[in-house]
Amino acid sequence: MDDTLLSIQGLTKAYPGVVANDDVSFDIRKGEIHALLGENGAGKSTLVKMIYGLVGPDRGTMTLDGNAFAPPKPSVARQAGVAMVFQHFSLFDALSVAENVALGMENPPKPRDLAARISEVSEQYGLPLDPSREVASLSAGERQRVEIIRCLLQDPRLLIMDEPTSVLTPQEVDILFETLRKLKSEGTSILYISHKLEEIRALCDHASILRHGKNVGTCTPSETSAREMAEMMVGSSFATPKARDVTLGEVVLTVDNLTLPALDGIGTPLRGISFELRKGEVLGIGGVAGNGQDELLMALSGERLSDPGMVHFQGKDVSRQGPGERRLPGLLSAPEERLGHAAAPDMSLTENGVLTAGKRAGLVKNGFIDWAKSRLFAEDVIEKFDVRTPGPNVAARALSGGNLQKYVVGREIVQKPELLVINQPTWGVDAAAAAAIRQALLDLAHGGAAILVISQDLDELMEISDRFGALNEGRLSTPRPVQGLDMEQIGLMMGGAHDMEAAHAAT
Amino acid sequence: MLRLEKRPQPSRAWVVLSPILAVILTMIVGGILFAMLGANPFEAIRTIFWDPIFSEQFSGFTRPQLLVKAGPLILIAIGLSIGFKAGIWNIGAEGQYIMGAICGAAAGLALYPSDSVLLFPLMLVAGALGGWAWAMIPAILKTKLGTNEILVSLMLVYVAETILASAASGFLRNPEGMGFPGSRNFKEWDAVYNGELIAGTGMHWGVVAAFIAVIAAYVLLSRHIQGFNIRLTGEAPRAARFAGVNPSRIVILCLGISGALAGLAGFFEVTGPAGQITIDFNAGYGFTAIIVAFLGRLNPIGILLAGLLMALTYIGGELAQLMLGVPGAAIQLFQGMLLFFLLATDVFTNFRLRLAKKEAV
Repeated sequence: MDDTLLSIQGLTKAYPGVVANDDVSFDIRKGEIHALLGENGAGKSTLVKMIYGLVGPDRGTMTLDGNAFAPPKPSVARQAGVAMVFQHFSLFDALSVAENVALGMENPPKPRDLAARISEVSEQYGLPLDPSREVASLSAGERQRVEIIRCLLQDPRLLIMDEPTSVLTPQEVDILFETLRKLKSEGTSILYISHKLEEIRALCDHASILRHGKNVGTCTPSETSAREMAEMMVGSSFATPKARDVTLGEVVLTVDNLTLPALDGIGTPLRGISFELRKGEVLGIGGVAGNGQDELLMALSGERLSDPGMVHFQGKDVSRQGPGERRLPGLLSAPEERLGHAAAPDMSLTENGVLTAGKRAGLVKNGFIDWAKSRLFAEDVIEKFDVRTPGPNVAARALSGGNLQKYVVGREIVQKPELLVINQPTWGVDAAAAAAIRQALLDLAHGGAAILVISQDLDELMEISDRFGALNEGRLSTPRPVQGLDMEQIGLMMGGAHDMEAAHAAT
Repeated sequence: MLRLEKRPQPSRAWVVLSPILAVILTMIVGGILFAMLGANPFEAIRTIFWDPIFSEQFSGFTRPQLLVKAGPLILIAIGLSIGFKAGIWNIGAEGQYIMGAICGAAAGLALYPSDSVLLFPLMLVAGALGGWAWAMIPAILKTKLGTNEILVSLMLVYVAETILASAASGFLRNPEGMGFPGSRNFKEWDAVYNGELIAGTGMHWGVVAAFIAVIAAYVLLSRHIQGFNIRLTGEAPRAARFAGVNPSRIVILCLGISGALAGLAGFFEVTGPAGQITIDFNAGYGFTAIIVAFLGRLNPIGILLAGLLMALTYIGGELAQLMLGVPGAAIQLFQGMLLFFLLATDVFTNFRLRLAKKEAV
């Protein structure tokens, strides 16, 4: 046990309504790269926050080098030698690299000495970086280097990296891996959080896998196949999809080589997405968050316009039409973010009904809003979808997440869409409400509507979809019937093997 | 420890209470200010708020002034409030006001000395268009190039002032004015003079226009889908885009409305109370209207009341200068305080104060 740096025993942390970590235990040895693997929402972030002192555990203990370790705040964790590179950088654009580094230090040295130290460390670890450059001019990879160097200046014994490669180009990934291996050879331990299986196999010595807050196993990635890890990560718990009695009608939506640049340089570009959707069909789109889900929804809802010919709805080219024009013939959508995107937080539920239903539900005539009718519409949604609220005059932000979700989903379903595009329909909704929303979607499909469900909940997709595809870095795998899919194929699609060809080859 | 806690819903009571509380706080602090300047604070407050309307000695002159001053303030503030609702900050109403006056006056003077009944409406349209066109500059720059409308509209005020100076001493100068700067006086030209409609009230066409604007804005914001889209854009821009609102169109619409109304205010002023284009024609109505818009909670009815109140402080302030020798800057400070306290008390609309124990970290 001498070579154990950090030992975690039985850590448990519950938030209202969800147990984020349930009795998690594992050890990190000195000088190893230890992977923490899991889907979104599996509890990786919570666990890391406990190690870094951002939240305190409800139960369980940690030891660092044999001594009890329970950091009440991050500065204590840093003094003990734990450093962390966050997924989202906290850098000031207008300041130079050295100034940014100095801001994060308790006792910054003189600027000139600090610049020299930065150059020294950056050379030592092969992370080229000029301390005098302004952060605004740096690429994402270079910004990450600033964060890494900021950590390295503290001579950490444990370096935590939260999804470091999500913002990097392949070349930058190679450089990062070299640095991490060098750190490891000098005895620094690294806790590496990711869901990219191939990366973990290439880099990590051990991997602990979290699923629904539980540690479901520790393995040696180099000796474990991607398939086995994917199975551990995703679980094989979901119900085998049963054949639904689906009568498919004519094609409602045709997406042909949909390509869009990333919005404002951040986000994910869409790359050549093509698929068809028929009446009565539910197409499920999975994938890890941030792989183009929002972008796909916005391209279909009309919030972002695409080149002519890319999106056809009911045989008509709607690529250049905005959301209002698409809604009128029945292309409705429900975005993931409820407050601020699907609904205006400070407006009442009635007003939020007018937001998407104004024209299609006949709430607006000759440009004037019929408030009495709008109120009835809101009350109708509230009643049909069991939204718990004192009434339609309540501001959207006063509702709980689950209730607001029921309202924004219900608002679209009540309008009887021909096609409903919906992102994360049951995110943050309690089990009963989630089941109700899923049933409403199935009923809608049974009534002849086409539905596109984007979700990160695989169980959900398997339960309601007829066909399944996964988004990865803005590409959509060819959708395949759900019944033909096995764990291996899904795991590979989710875990980073980009194309279905890989899955075919493995079968 | 006191702590601010976000309310689940904006408090309706505080929407109404905060302007009243702001006025009271302004009176208290303003009173202290006047006391420090050596004036009797109670007398000063009475001179500002009471005497202009009720004093036997002055009210005959000052009472009509109330509507004369409130008219342009309300007209401009209504336009500004529509933009502010959408998060579009037109700070340059003063410039649009000047351009409206110049264009309106120029359209009339070009046809001098016609006495056609169509002349006044023609000048009115020209005035509105002048203000509208001046506001279109920041609007188009914002939608096409992404410039900041605050800076552009503000800087255009100084451009407009320069054009005003050149108009008064150059292209609109009265040819019979013996070389003095300033245009012909509309008060001597019956066909276009915008005089009092009812003697002794100060009511002129600009005041009528202001009342119409209040009603129209109320209908627009509470009943019309464009008003709804304007509010939605201000509250949640992403939701507005999701709803199908074109942000550029809202920018053009809002700046257009506020520019046209400011232009109209300028036109009514130049043909009425001011009477002519002069170098110092503009009196800061365009800037004060910003305070009026916020004091009125961006609500048309609120703006109507706020405009009257602000006009009162103008007239009362002048009276206080005259009677008590309070410096003019103190009056401006007094008006600034009003906005300051309003913004401060406004916090309680969305937040409430809580006594909080120090949280265990």
